[in-house]
Amino acid sequence: MKRFSLRSVVLSLTVLCLSACGCARGADGPKDSTAQENDALVVLNYGKYLDETVIQMFEEETGIDVKLEEYESPEEMYTKFKAGSIAYDVVCTSEYMVERLISEGEANEIDFSRFTYYKNLDPEIIEATKTFDPETKYALPYFYGTLGILYDTTIVSPEEVTTWNILWDETYQDSIIMQNSVRDTFVPALRLSGSDINTENPDELSAAADLLIRQKPIVYAYYVDETADEMAAGNAAMALVYSGEAAYAKELNEDLAYSVPEEGSNLWIDSWFIPKSCKNQENAEKFLDFLCREDTAMLNFEYVWYGTPNLRVKEALDEETLMDATIFPTPEILANCEVFRQFGQDTTALYSYLWKKLKSE
Amino acid sequence: MVKKTVSRCYLTVIFLFLYLPILVLIVLSFNDSKSRVLWGGFTLKWYFSCFQDETIMNALTMTLKITVVSAVLSTLIGTLAAIGISAMKKKHRAIMLGATNIPLLNADIVTGISLMLLFVRFTNLGFVTVLIAHITFNIPYVILNVLPKINQANRYTYEAALDLGASPLYAFYKITWPEIKSGVFSGFLMAVTMSLDDFSITFFTKGAGVNTLSTMLYTELRKGIRPELYALSTLLFLLAFSLLLVMNYQSDRELRHHPTVIRRSE
Amino acid sequence: MRRLMRQLLAGPYIVWIIGFILLPVAVILYYAFTSDTDSFTLKNIAAIADPVHVKSIVLSLKLGFSCTLVCLLLAYPLAMILSSFKFRHQSFVVFLFILPMWMNFMLRILSWRLLLSNNGLINTFLEWTGIGRVKMLNTPASVVFGMVYDFLPFMILPIYNSMTRIKDDIIEAAKDLGANRLTILIKIIVPLTLSGIISGVIMVFVPALTSFVISDLLGGGKVLLIGNVIEQEFMQGTNWNLGSGLSVVLMIFVIASMALMNIFDKDGGAAVW
Repeated sequence: MKRFSLRSVVLSLTVLCLSACGCARGADGPKDSTAQENDALVVLNYGKYLDETVIQMFEEETGIDVKLEEYESPEEMYTKFKAGSIAYDVVCTSEYMVERLISEGEANEIDFSRFTYYKNLDPEIIEATKTFDPETKYALPYFYGTLGILYDTTIVSPEEVTTWNILWDETYQDSIIMQNSVRDTFVPALRLSGSDINTENPDELSAAADLLIRQKPIVYAYYVDETADEMAAGNAAMALVYSGEAAYAKELNEDLAYSVPEEGSNLWIDSWFIPKSCKNQENAEKFLDFLCREDTAMLNFEYVWYGTPNLRVKEALDEETLMDATIFPTPEILANCEVFRQFGQDTTALYSYLWKKLKSE
Repeated sequence: MVKKTVSRCYLTVIFLFLYLPILVLIVLSFNDSKSRVLWGGFTLKWYFSCFQDETIMNALTMTLKITVVSAVLSTLIGTLAAIGISAMKKKHRAIMLGATNIPLLNADIVTGISLMLLFVRFTNLGFVTVLIAHITFNIPYVILNVLPKINQANRYTYEAALDLGASPLYAFYKITWPEIKSGVFSGFLMAVTMSLDDFSITFFTKGAGVNTLSTMLYTELRKGIRPELYALSTLLFLLAFSLLLVMNYQSDRELRHHPTVIRRSE
Repeated sequence: MRRLMRQLLAGPYIVWIIGFILLPVAVILYYAFTSDTDSFTLKNIAAIADPVHVKSIVLSLKLGFSCTLVCLLLAYPLAMILSSFKFRHQSFVVFLFILPMWMNFMLRILSWRLLLSNNGLINTFLEWTGIGRVKMLNTPASVVFGMVYDFLPFMILPIYNSMTRIKDDIIEAAKDLGANRLTILIKIIVPLTLSGIISGVIMVFVPALTSFVISDLLGGGKVLLIGNVIEQEFMQGTNWNLGSGLSVVLMIFVIASMALMNIFDKDGGAAVW
């Protein structure tokens, strides 16, 4: 017994020393990062949205260290960002978040004339970014796509999914997956009732909410990130998804297909911007320019497999990929799609309330 | 006899309930497909590739660092606090226990955000802030494990030892420690477990470059979780499981060496 | 003097409480009682009376009660069986029940989704046996199931702990005096394990009341608990004031339910494990 307690004393002392070391190192931690902060570029991006070899290439070619931070939802990102908790140098997020941050004066202007590879970008997509960045001086488009229906071709025919109405069809009881985020799920309802997806009219929004409440009993689930896997497993017949997720799901299961209904939908453009917290504007711009280069853009495209605004990459792709409307929406589809706009406080609150009402039904 | 069979069946059902999802994950770690719903054949490759992936290894080291340091410190602070609290008057004790309950009562996300709001006023977020947050939610588990043991312990033996000239430290090791040891140990274990499992609080209090296995998992939800993470989780789990077996085996041996302490079950 | 010395050991913890427990609560309280223009208001607290919020808190209470009841009914017999084994190290049992938590929480819940889904393993098995598929996922019941799965150890451990403290002699004495099994259970075992039961009930009911991840993952986002409302206000609606206000209300609910439990607990409720 005595030996045991002696041993435990020695053990606990070792552990204590270890923890003291850890703690001392921990205390050094922020100092390390401040030392690094001067030259390291802190990049904030969605999870798995950038090929890591691109970062290595950038570090080798420029000698600038890159610290990559990943996040899952734009709202989480915004919460942390607004708390001013981390000094990011360059951020990639959804266009409506970019718009919100621009309007809050959180974004730095970018001098695209200094870019070598900015000319690689599709002017049409740059034109589309004007909805949230009217003078195209804050945002650099990275990937784009649409919102549509991912469906199982063994259950649903392609003709059926040309309209959002299919999501209200009671024959598909318990086999419809909607998005667990308010803006996206409101799109089909708003389009069906003939409203603009950016409407701020309370009556139109309430009408759309009523439609969704009527739909709820036949909905299998409201999912965020699990949709692709659920569809691949055949747990549902249809799902409201982003084209990017649809591409991933189609890879897993050949029976799946993607369609953007004729009533029109949402066009999303994930974009980079440089926040006010940026410590080295020049390096951040260098990084963004680097992402526009054809070889790195190609690496990222092959990693992410979403629609890229880079024309040099598109030129190098084969016919089949280019014709795949899941990756590159056709001009007809694009003509029917709108970009989300940022709302004022009142509409945001109304949306939030209607969403709670729908969920608590 | 029938009673024994029934109770054994019952135990089996409960343990199946607790361990079935883990079994599924272990099976997934051998799956040669990136999807978690489709089976693509048996493979061991994720077990090799997980050790070559730098991001995963960084997250693992960070997780272990945070878990061990926070568990040790919270066990230390918590055990001392439990001893202190046990010596307090009833009223003070109630106040202390009330405060101790707060981190247990609040939803994780509220604790996480409130700590974040507090931290950003004074410092940059980083490793230390995550550590502080983890210690904060770990301490209550330690106290709640240790306090009952102290209350059960016979206070007079300790007092007597002091009266007989033992130094407080010596008396603590000789008298108190053996009585509270198991409580401290399970408190430490709970702290490790809670740290390992936490997402929300870590997410809001972490700074750039601090990534744990949990926060990493959540960022991967959208485009499919890397199978390497199933493999790594399986390894972590098996490590803990074998520790448990060794512990049990050791206590069995101790039983055989000290036959007098065996308490026969009827 | 000695008592004072001992009390001083709690010093570091008291500092910790003030710095990292009370101050963050003060931050939440500040947000709860101010509007976005920083002026004093009660509307964030009063918001709980909104029908949508009432609905979600009633649902949370309902699911919380069901979860606690199921846990208690499952855990009590289990603790009795376990305590009859008389392990020398109680930590062994503790370990056995917290070991599953070494697998990430989200992975385990995802794994349940795999098992319970329409095309999942359990349904495939049910179809094979001829019973036919059952819709299990994305209902309030599946949320309760997930909660029971996650919180059951917190019910088992304190009850088991108080059970092992019952001396065999007392049971023997009761038997000698002619008590039957039921009488022993009701008159001796239950009263002696009451503090364990109460700790277990609190440890299960409180997290069940405040949880939001389980309802999202196993409820398919169709089950709105008060935790989900708070999460939404902090994350999507970005109305931190309302989120804080509702958190404060939730805290009051939790404290009230704990106070209620403490009435039954004569020992002062310290024995959680």
